[in-house]
Amino acid sequence: MSIRIYVPIDSTALSLGAERVATAIAAEAARRDIAIELVRNGSRGAFWLEPMVEVQTPAGRMAYGPVQPTDVAPLFDAGFTTGGRHTLSLGPADDIPYLKHQERLTSGRIGLTDPLDLDDYINHGGYIGLCSALQMSGADVVKEVTDSGLRGRGGAGFPTGIKWNTVRGASASRKYVVCNADEGDSGTFSDRMIMEGDPYCLIEGMTIAGIAVGATQGYIYLRSEYPHAFRTLQEAIRRARAAGWLGEDVRGSGRTFELEVRLGAGAYICGEETSLLESLEGKRGIVRFKPPLPALEGLFGQPTVINNVISLASVPVILAKGGAFYRDYGMGRSRGTLPFQLAGNIRRGGLVEKAFGLTMNELLYDFGGGSLSGRPIRAVQVGGPLGAYLPESQFDLPLDYEEYAKHGAMIGHGGIVVFDDMVDMARMARYAMEFCAVESCGKCTPCRIGSTRGVEVIDRIVANEERGRNIALLQSLCDTMVNGSLCALGGMAPYPVLSALNHFPEDFGIAKSAAA
Amino acid sequence: MPSHARTHAPGSLEIGRLIERYADLPGSLLPMLHALQDEFGCVPGQAVPVIAQRLNLSRAEVHGVITFYHHFRTHPPGRHIVQVCRAEACQAVGATALEAHAKQGLGIDFHETTADGAVTLEAVYCLGNCATGPSLRVDDDIVGRVTPDRFDAIIAELRTPRTSEASE
Repeated sequence: MSIRIYVPIDSTALSLGAERVATAIAAEAARRDIAIELVRNGSRGAFWLEPMVEVQTPAGRMAYGPVQPTDVAPLFDAGFTTGGRHTLSLGPADDIPYLKHQERLTSGRIGLTDPLDLDDYINHGGYIGLCSALQMSGADVVKEVTDSGLRGRGGAGFPTGIKWNTVRGASASRKYVVCNADEGDSGTFSDRMIMEGDPYCLIEGMTIAGIAVGATQGYIYLRSEYPHAFRTLQEAIRRARAAGWLGEDVRGSGRTFELEVRLGAGAYICGEETSLLESLEGKRGIVRFKPPLPALEGLFGQPTVINNVISLASVPVILAKGGAFYRDYGMGRSRGTLPFQLAGNIRRGGLVEKAFGLTMNELLYDFGGGSLSGRPIRAVQVGGPLGAYLPESQFDLPLDYEEYAKHGAMIGHGGIVVFDDMVDMARMARYAMEFCAVESCGKCTPCRIGSTRGVEVIDRIVANEERGRNIALLQSLCDTMVNGSLCALGGMAPYPVLSALNHFPEDFGIAKSAAA
Repeated sequence: MPSHARTHAPGSLEIGRLIERYADLPGSLLPMLHALQDEFGCVPGQAVPVIAQRLNLSRAEVHGVITFYHHFRTHPPGRHIVQVCRAEACQAVGATALEAHAKQGLGIDFHETTADGAVTLEAVYCLGNCATGPSLRVDDDIVGRVTPDRFDAIIAELRTPRTSEASE
């Protein structure tokens, strides 16, 4: 019997040389006349260990990492094909503390399976959710999702069940399910990991959404910065259709659901749902006024469910295990789990799925192991480029939508970017405005003009030109942007700016005691 | 690494064929522009009136869409496209220094191509490789933990002519 060896095909693993490692393993096995079956799995998300190679043994999957091509021959010498010890040994993959202490409801299969192998998916609990949804009425499916307490994981946190119910109740000849896979926030990669590592989970979630609300066509709007995810999704859709999980008669149910991936073209604003819809329609990604809500007049003017990848990928487990099972995780009104992403200057970066309610300290130190540089962590940005910078004094807040909102911060898509004490927070504030200027769709003035003026005002503050007056001006400008912008880009870009100014005034040349 | 850019000049027959292949898709303009750029390395100017006529849009509308999106270009790039991530997670681990090194080493700014036509340098805002930055995208490959030395090695490799490219 051949020995099964896993080498991830995830973008991050590839970015660290996984392809060369896979090639080297195949060559070395051939040279030594050892029969192996090379499986290209997703990444388990312990990225500092990538490329992490696993070998199937009677004692479970033994992990080795990070493996470079030059390590391959020594690994064979050490008998790694039977789980032999080597300096890169990590023991059984399931026992790696970083992975063992997670609560993986949504991302549970990533890294375990061959992402494109449908049988593997089904053997790991795939399509149980859809099969039970097919036995239920649309209203009951929506109720299950509502009962789970699932809220939009893209960042806005709107209850998914309520959105679905609106679309279900709308009467139209055609409805759509659109997946927002324009994961543009820096520090986030959980959508990418699902799409590359467990694409059928997203496909299943979208199919359930279609059946629940009566939509027959789905689109995944994927950012063009994710070439690997694009190829994986296209192939997964092709295979799902060939096996009858998509198409005119989903598994003999008489229900139709078609699915297509569309590529964005490098525009952050297209992660905003209405500009995403414009882009899908073939137009400039300019934000729409709301109302009408996309749930009533969305894609091509038809009722449309538009949800983030993680929201949709959380639906199969909710339907498989029930809304109550999912709701039992979490705290307050933040139910279930969130795949947090540890990024930036962090020793053990990667995916950490946990129930809401844990603290930043637990994520940064228990999971993350502190900064990569070994220097003190000074600030973290939570929730992408529009999220606030948190100082150490806020690291013990529970990660909960409402608790964060109370402190002018947001959890957003769960991305956590870590900075050590070398960071210049005035520079980061300036970057937030600069980014807003680069990515503004241009429809509303506070965002289009305000962001450029913001860069200029911060430059004057740093250069100590009438600093007091310019700080007041920056605060007033931020107020205008927050209250006068049409969408979250202009409306939230001030959060990183003001949080940097308030928590780290010394970087702007202001004495700490003088700050508000 | 596969090269992004094609070397052959676009012929009107080919352009027409590509446009026709996508024209009846709902919301066809972006898929169409992607197909043109994948084929020719850019969206050729001569395609704009053809697209406009086929989709019943004005030329200004088509131009407006092409210029709205950072991804689309109207001039052919170098043989390879190198994108440097400028987003926060990469900044936290040295992307600003890498960006400066890249510009200085190549002697060009963003959106420019080296004199030998080997490399077009672009900025990108997040490649989703945020736990192992600073990150680059080299054509369709993502590269993590890029130091200035590693960057130089990658560029040197891109400039080395290989048989597959030499025969193109």
